[in-house]
Amino acid sequence: MGGKSQINEGDVLLELNDIQMLFGKVQALSGVSLKVRKGEIHSVIGPNGAGKTVMMNVVNGLYRPQKGEIHFKGQQINALKPYERAGMGMARTFQKVEVFGGMSVLDNIRLGRHIHMKSGILSGAVYLGKTAAEEIEHRRFIEEQIIDLLEIEQIRHKPVGMLPYGLQKRVELGRALALEPELLILDEPLAGLNLEEVEDMARFVLDINKEENWKVTCLLVEHDMGVVMDLSDRVFVLNFGNMIMDGTPEQVQNNPEVIKAYLGEEDLYATRR
Amino acid sequence: MQHEGNRTGAIEITKELTIQKLFFLQATRYGSDRVAMREKQFGIWQPITWQDYLDNVKYLALGLVSMGLKRGDKVAMIGDNRPEGLWAEMAALCAGGVAVWLFQDCLIDEVKYILDHSDTKFLFGEGQEEVDKALSICHECPKLAKIIWDDPKGMRNYHQDNLISYKQVMELGRQVEANQPGVFEDLVNQGNGDDVALLFYTSGTTSLPKGALLSHHNMLTMGRHLMDVDPCYDTDDYVSYLPFAWIGEQMMSISCGLQIGYTINFPEEPETAQENIREIGPHVMFAPPRMYEQMTRSVQVKHLDASWLKRFCFNLASKIGYKVADLKFSKKPTPLHWRLLNALAYGLVQKKLKDHLGLSRVRNAYTGGAAMGPDHFRFFHSLGVNLKQIYGQTEVAGISVVHRSGDIKFDTVGHPIPGTEVKITEEGEIITRSPSVFKGYYKNPEATKKTIRDGWLHSDDRGFIDDDGHLVVFDRTKDVFTLRDGKPFSPQYLETRLKFSPYIKDSWVIGDRRPFVTAVLCIDYSVVGKWADEKKLNYTSYQELSQKPEVYQLVEKQIRQANKDLPDTAKIARFTNLYKEFDADDDELTRTRKLRRAFVEKRYKEIVDALYGKEDSVHIDTSIKYEDGREARINTDMKIIKLIEVTV
Repeated sequence: MGGKSQINEGDVLLELNDIQMLFGKVQALSGVSLKVRKGEIHSVIGPNGAGKTVMMNVVNGLYRPQKGEIHFKGQQINALKPYERAGMGMARTFQKVEVFGGMSVLDNIRLGRHIHMKSGILSGAVYLGKTAAEEIEHRRFIEEQIIDLLEIEQIRHKPVGMLPYGLQKRVELGRALALEPELLILDEPLAGLNLEEVEDMARFVLDINKEENWKVTCLLVEHDMGVVMDLSDRVFVLNFGNMIMDGTPEQVQNNPEVIKAYLGEEDLYATRR
Repeated sequence: MQHEGNRTGAIEITKELTIQKLFFLQATRYGSDRVAMREKQFGIWQPITWQDYLDNVKYLALGLVSMGLKRGDKVAMIGDNRPEGLWAEMAALCAGGVAVWLFQDCLIDEVKYILDHSDTKFLFGEGQEEVDKALSICHECPKLAKIIWDDPKGMRNYHQDNLISYKQVMELGRQVEANQPGVFEDLVNQGNGDDVALLFYTSGTTSLPKGALLSHHNMLTMGRHLMDVDPCYDTDDYVSYLPFAWIGEQMMSISCGLQIGYTINFPEEPETAQENIREIGPHVMFAPPRMYEQMTRSVQVKHLDASWLKRFCFNLASKIGYKVADLKFSKKPTPLHWRLLNALAYGLVQKKLKDHLGLSRVRNAYTGGAAMGPDHFRFFHSLGVNLKQIYGQTEVAGISVVHRSGDIKFDTVGHPIPGTEVKITEEGEIITRSPSVFKGYYKNPEATKKTIRDGWLHSDDRGFIDDDGHLVVFDRTKDVFTLRDGKPFSPQYLETRLKFSPYIKDSWVIGDRRPFVTAVLCIDYSVVGKWADEKKLNYTSYQELSQKPEVYQLVEKQIRQANKDLPDTAKIARFTNLYKEFDADDDELTRTRKLRRAFVEKRYKEIVDALYGKEDSVHIDTSIKYEDGREARINTDMKIIKLIEVTV
């Protein structure tokens, strides 16, 4: 599968510089630095409790690090709130799905479109001219790009809470895509999925990253090593808040320190195939 | 009934007329004023006019010719029902080619066999899945020159030389048109009705598929004769969602659709078909029994779930419906009070139910391809759906016998359509003669000689003609049982009766020249699973659920019900629940879901032996292959339930 493309060295989309994150006296991240280049799939792996999700929360603005700088599209974003970062083109999914269970699939996805809505309450109420045109444009995007990509035509109008877990994850991904992000943070998109759903999801991630009309840079946290090594351009290894290494999948697989960090956890990290 | 639309019986079917000539005639007549087809895409029904249809077919056909298609070359198609599939078929015909359809879910070996045997030169695949299949076997099919795809999803890394996209083919066609205007019209006008139009592979319950050669004249006369019985109108809607590789779908979309000019609607995805049918509300419908069985089951399951008040209303309404339907079946007049009650039941319950099933506008619904149980039949008539049985085969380009409105008997298939003669030979075999009888099997003169004798098509089906002149199809000759009292018996009849239970998905009845009749049942996983959830039974897999004692009790009840009206010698004495469902991928069913009896008898020999043995269970240790390629080991004991004491 792989299909590793040429990534331009200079084009850094996201940069973490010497990030330190403390919860009381617990050091969750100690001096982590990461560069995500435009167009790549950059995976973050590490044992449970390594600080992967904390790192994602720092990127996305849920946590404010005590030390270090975060740059997104060349701009320092330490002080920006999550919604401001979303406005800049950063979207994410969560390890445990965070969808609105009582709302339909379409409504959940539409919600992700919110930041692109320009018209106000009043013009929305009368639904004329620009507002109508805008809404048709949004509808077109959701239907032609997202629903078609994720193959969820048959569940469009179903309430998300009634759907199986694997489909809920798809809907959550759809909502993140509705933002038309430049950077997509995927926090364990494969957790809890069966083999078929894993294959589907891996394919979606690849499509989102490679298809001409998407070309979204992905920051992927995942435990399924088979998928990580197949999909990623680069892999970042984290252990107890420290970076062990950042390199190509081949380099990571041959690194003795990485192997040591995973030692004894073979079962947990064994690939599914 | 009043209809705004025209019945276009005007076009005379001569020996000169071909499908492509008719297509050209209709497309130029209707032009851009009328919708030829619709496809639901991106949540909206998108219309395609006859002019669009013509343009697409024209450029595709010219593209094929410029890539080297010669008259008589085979063009194969595989993929879901979608406009592009029909365009490809029509383009192949316009260019003088012969169309071959493959089932969408064909395994690689089947695809290889058909492509190779048919000498296919061009293959239209839908997207990545079909292209992958074709690429993996193209080195074994040397005659296959090009693979054409239309769905770009996932195709970004495919650059093989033998691949070409739909758009590119049409671009080639446009260039041809620009250089030589009028060449398409010349192409269409070549040929006559006796040319081969379709090479159609039959499902084959016993052997490898055989390729039936159907001429243009076969197809057109077939459609015309059916429409003579039940006219359709160009304002009608039809939903095309069953595989084009099934002759019934060809008959409705091409033979009838083209002559009438009704609108063909394509669902968004196979999974949304039921929902899309409801949105369209087709006027005519033709489906194999399993589709109707599925509808019945969904009603039965919703009925189990409904509140008592709804259940009460439904029960009352269906009692009235059944009563009126039975009066109609026996051709007795319906007394006024029953008519009033029926109107009430219809308004309150059945109308809404019909709407949910997408049947509210259906004038004629046909079922064919396999036997349908009388219980299903009565169910639809109690709703006021004019369901008719048909009888036919690929070799007559569709159907030869159909029920007439108002003259329906659920154990028969009705009268022959105009232009068709049906006789029963001395051995009891059904034979047919009509202008639609096919030209023979491709590269198989032996089978052809055996099937067509003196112009009569020998069906291998046993049947008889009853007192009202209706044809009764008993069963396949080789399937007919001889019971212990020497009487013949149709296993299919018993199997379809069992399948009326919502809990039973498939059944296999055994008993030819045996001391008693037995059955192997496949439970319906979703329905029984739901039932088990309510009973708080734990289970993790189909295998485990099927072997639960409670499930056995449930199935036993269904069998006792079916046994009630049977003669003693035909009653099911023993049964067992199979640990898996029958699957076409395992060769247990044909692609049209007919049981391949000889195969399952061999495969499950130990189960058959156990059913006629002394033990109470049979140990199974085998492996099964899932659709995603994984294998799992099955290690279980299947119980043998004895309903009737018999001496072995």
